[in-house]
Amino acid sequence: MELRLENLTKIFTNKTGTDTTAVDKLDITIESGTLVGLLGPSGCGKSTTLFMIAGLIKPTSGKIFFGDDNVTRLAAEKRGIGLVFQNYALYPHMTVYKNILFPLENMDVARDEAIQRVKDMANLVGIGELLDRKPAQLSGGQQQRVAIARALVKRPRVLLLDEPLSNLDARLRLQMREEIKRIQRETGITTIFVTHDQEEAMSISDKMVVLDFGVQQQYAGPQEMYNNPGNLFVAKFLGNPPINTLESKIKNKYLMINDQKFMKVDLPDGTYDIGMRPENFRAASEDSEMKIEVDIKEIFHIGRDTMIHFDFNDQNMRALVDSDAVTADSKKITLTIKKERVYIFDKKTGKVIDHA
Amino acid sequence: MRNFFKKIKKSIKDFLWDVRKKIKIRQRKIGAYLDERNLNIATKFPGWAKALLYLSPALIVLAIFTFWPIFNAFRLVLYEGYNMTDNTITGYTIFGNFIKVINDESFIFPAQHTQGTAIVNTLLIVFISVPISIFLALFISVALNSIKPLKGFFQTIYFLPYVTNTIAIGLVIAYMFKSDGGLINQIFGLGEFSWIERGSEHWSAMFVLIFYSIWGSLAFKIMVFLTSIQGIDKQYYQAASIDATPRRRIFSRITVPLISPMIFYILVTSVIGAFKIYNHIVALFGVTGKPEGVNFTMQSIVMYIYKYIDGGGNNLSIAAAGSLILFSIILILTLVQMQASKKRVHY
Repeated sequence: MELRLENLTKIFTNKTGTDTTAVDKLDITIESGTLVGLLGPSGCGKSTTLFMIAGLIKPTSGKIFFGDDNVTRLAAEKRGIGLVFQNYALYPHMTVYKNILFPLENMDVARDEAIQRVKDMANLVGIGELLDRKPAQLSGGQQQRVAIARALVKRPRVLLLDEPLSNLDARLRLQMREEIKRIQRETGITTIFVTHDQEEAMSISDKMVVLDFGVQQQYAGPQEMYNNPGNLFVAKFLGNPPINTLESKIKNKYLMINDQKFMKVDLPDGTYDIGMRPENFRAASEDSEMKIEVDIKEIFHIGRDTMIHFDFNDQNMRALVDSDAVTADSKKITLTIKKERVYIFDKKTGKVIDHA
Repeated sequence: MRNFFKKIKKSIKDFLWDVRKKIKIRQRKIGAYLDERNLNIATKFPGWAKALLYLSPALIVLAIFTFWPIFNAFRLVLYEGYNMTDNTITGYTIFGNFIKVINDESFIFPAQHTQGTAIVNTLLIVFISVPISIFLALFISVALNSIKPLKGFFQTIYFLPYVTNTIAIGLVIAYMFKSDGGLINQIFGLGEFSWIERGSEHWSAMFVLIFYSIWGSLAFKIMVFLTSIQGIDKQYYQAASIDATPRRRIFSRITVPLISPMIFYILVTSVIGAFKIYNHIVALFGVTGKPEGVNFTMQSIVMYIYKYIDGGGNNLSIAAAGSLILFSIILILTLVQMQASKKRVHY
């Protein structure tokens, strides 16, 4: 089921009459059978978008299409969606079996078929043995699986997940990530999920939408977005450790760093925002094209990585380098970075400028 | 002017702060003094002794006003011919007072040419008014919860009976059901039908009494149900609405189970309360429970007990036997309810 948002806008008006635009003119087309992550900092309108797709919040303007059906004015129960809530909202007084069966009780399904579907779904999400338990007797990960089974058992057109992993501990989160991906692959259902965790979104989505203040920043595949961020916000939001950003001048077609000519660029003179990811730095060899010698301020060994701190234009920078490249008492290092991994952003609009 | 008040406020707060500091210093000094002489309650006495010490005010009051009377009821029921004024008895009996109560006129068996007995009246009220009022309260609180405009207004209206005097409401109800120009007779065009006055029937008087007791007990139930419904996580309803659950199923499968502990609490307390019905009957039918010119009695068990307490103190043993019968009925019914609720109440 292809899902299309056209000009979707939501404006909340509070008691004093002030308007807050939670979602601003969203235009997204989600291809059938893909897993799409809605990503953004808290308060950026991602959950509002999800609830508008679910039908629990009415949009101020704009349209929502499921395939060719315009569902904008359709009530939530007629849209045929499955929704997994952040804290799962499992009915505490029902067993797992009854929780999963509940959506089917409201549909035209024969009893035998309904029971079969519950069992199949429970096996698919891996809780086949827990059907007699109450939600309170389950671990967080198991509750999550029940919630997904309950959402999927009625064979919805679209599956929506609201911060599905935020209530789980770190290890379970990694495991459930893969589970969600596997369940989505096996059922082939168009899935949208909301998260504020960029790593989570990057690891399971086919495509991601990054939102900020209700405005769509970029819509692309995770790796594509990581390697080619559309603007400074996306570049800063993705990646851990975060991208290094600094102000730098371009003089006579050269990007100046620490008053040295660092890189030749075909751009007019002026001040620009520059982004360089810590892991894209390398210790320079003799034949490196662009290199710069820096004073090492600090060295951190974090497991397999070595992180060094240094200054570019008096702004603190971080680089992940090979542990062989530095010793504990290294004072200086010569670094290099590939030209296409240096992102130059317009100072005013924050948009990336193509310079390669 | 505003500055002046600010200054006063500040000086009061400073003063309170200093006082608190001084108290703390004093406490610390006292503590050190007690520790030095090994007198500290916290370390000197074992836990249960401290618990008893702190519980003692409540225990003393309970002992005087609850346990001692209960003990006395058991004592009195064994006496024969007890005379309160000179505190003498003529003998002892085990079942004698119970047999007297059971054989008494209008306790279990009706008196001649009279309808209704204390047991029958009380049981009718318990088994009719309690279920009806619980169902009504549930529906009203769900309805109140779902309306947005004038919510506070309606909540106040439904809560009014709770803050109004029972006797006053009783008088109003009696006036409504008057045969001569009463509101009910006028609305339904019943002429001069006698509901509770001279010439009325047992069933019509019972109808008015049950109507009155339901109305009087609705307010508290609605308040309890409404607060517990408002405490239910909205996400359950969102999840149910996404699954296209019809309203009545949301009510029966989500709302009711989720507030079932409260429903059970209300059920147990209302059954007990209904067994102890007294004011309602007095308000409508007077202290004897038998208006003039009727062939029935509206007396309840508690009224029966009061009748013998009032009788000069020489029939206290019968009153005690009556209370113990009431006590055992309530006890058995409550145990039955607890047993039956085990599967249906979800904590």
